[in-house]
Amino acid sequence: MRLKIIKAGLLDTVQDGGRYGFQHLGINPGGAMDRFAARLANALLGKELEAPVIEMHYPAPQILFQKHAIICLTGADFRPLLNGESVSLNQPVAVKGNALLSFEGRRRGARCYLSVLNEWQLQPWLNSFSTNLKAAVGGCDGRRLQKGDELVFAPLSFLMEKDFCLLPWKYHEPVDDTNEICFLVGPEWGWLTTKGQTDLQNELFSITPASDRMGYRLQGEALEQERKEQLVSSAVNFGTVQLLPTGQLVVLMADHQTTGGYPRVANVISVHLPKLAQMNAGAEIKLVMTTMEEAEEKALVQKDYLLRLQNTCKLKIENWLQQHA
Amino acid sequence: MHPAFTITPLGDGALVISFGNVMEEEINENVLQLFHCLQNTPLPFTDIVPAYSSLTFFYDVHSWRTKEATAFEKVKEALLPFLQQTVQEKEKSGQTIAIPVCYARVFAPDLEELAAQKALSAEEVIGLHTAKTYRVYMIGFLPGFPYMGKVDSRLATPRKSSPRTAIPAGSVGIAGEQTGIYPFTSPGGWNIIGRTPLRLFDKDRSEPTLLQPGDSVTFYPISEDAFENYQSRIA
Repeated sequence: MRLKIIKAGLLDTVQDGGRYGFQHLGINPGGAMDRFAARLANALLGKELEAPVIEMHYPAPQILFQKHAIICLTGADFRPLLNGESVSLNQPVAVKGNALLSFEGRRRGARCYLSVLNEWQLQPWLNSFSTNLKAAVGGCDGRRLQKGDELVFAPLSFLMEKDFCLLPWKYHEPVDDTNEICFLVGPEWGWLTTKGQTDLQNELFSITPASDRMGYRLQGEALEQERKEQLVSSAVNFGTVQLLPTGQLVVLMADHQTTGGYPRVANVISVHLPKLAQMNAGAEIKLVMTTMEEAEEKALVQKDYLLRLQNTCKLKIENWLQQHA
Repeated sequence: MHPAFTITPLGDGALVISFGNVMEEEINENVLQLFHCLQNTPLPFTDIVPAYSSLTFFYDVHSWRTKEATAFEKVKEALLPFLQQTVQEKEKSGQTIAIPVCYARVFAPDLEELAAQKALSAEEVIGLHTAKTYRVYMIGFLPGFPYMGKVDSRLATPRKSSPRTAIPAGSVGIAGEQTGIYPFTSPGGWNIIGRTPLRLFDKDRSEPTLLQPGDSVTFYPISEDAFENYQSRIA
């Protein structure tokens, strides 16, 4: 009843929808970088949207399923294989005991998510399964997954002849080849000069290699600052765009600190964070201003979609299990 | 009445109530009273984060949005009465905690330099640092990292121009008029003048952080021997 890490990847951690309610103690929410992909993996299995998943970076790990499981992979396409045969993303897969999940190469994206239908036997910390590497808490002993780690999950029984079998429903990912990332103006938007504000919207910014789960450092036109005083520390958010004294921008990501002292000129809207989270160093983005009305509307539409998908898939999974009992 | 404030969004899902860009005890007291008050209301929120002169309210758009108005507008509307009501004169929030600090040179790489810059002896620096009761204005940066102030003006020193890559857990530092303690070994730019054997963060405690916003802190000096003893007792 477990999954074993045969070979560790670059950075594999257990994450969920985030640890909320403790930011006043400096405990950051963390959680999956691409919240949409993490929720989608759960929704396709009919699970709670915020249930824990494994977040994988490239090079990706090799994972052995010691017992039967039903899994779903979403997010980045690292060309997943089960016992050497390619499997689809965004589609649940029934996996026989002793099947090996590996990845052939990176086709696109930065983070791939693995959800397992079987309940995980993990201990939450402060109501969340997310791994906080700094405080060494949550997930699997508060650390990245290593070779030999075994994560226990509940047994699931079904009959199947082949090594694995794709379940007959899937999510069709819309093609989005624009580099537009929408933002709302931040509390210190006015600290930029008019030229700085215009440049932020007209120039392209590239994602530098100094980008990780904490934040993305952007490189582009240095933005002109109107007010140069120090900002006394104040809270920041996932997606907060900070202006550094050099005029360059940083976008805070899932493992951001709870507070910061750089001007918060903008915030990436929540539905566009997944797109950003799947971009690799070298990619260029264009920042596009939007309204609160639009940002909230998009967030609600996405959440409603996932909730409906979760409900439908829950029934589908139950039926499939009955047919294969 | 609360002092003048502004309310601005911090993305879709959070808003910042700011009382100006200042580091003042009175303003921070207002922030913390509002923080305690909002924590005990039935308003749905995911996080409330007090800082020096601001309070950030994180919410789930789903719980607030209506057909007529954005969640941002609804939250703002719900918070306004709390901002307009009279601040009750009540006792200062928080506990008082005495923190042992070993100021021995081995734990205090910046003590001599700071003293020299200020034309003080190391003993005078220790004397000034332990003489005051500090207010925990906020917790941030790292889990359990307290931003405390204000230090005696004779000790106020800017952050180091190039941060260290690893400051050991328990290190006590000064940055500007603030004093703080690193809960974890971490990169950082504060001037390190000592180290406490206390654990600022412990995942197994029901309250994982030693300090909370609004607490009062005093420091008292301990010897290296006492430091080692203390560590072995709590390890």
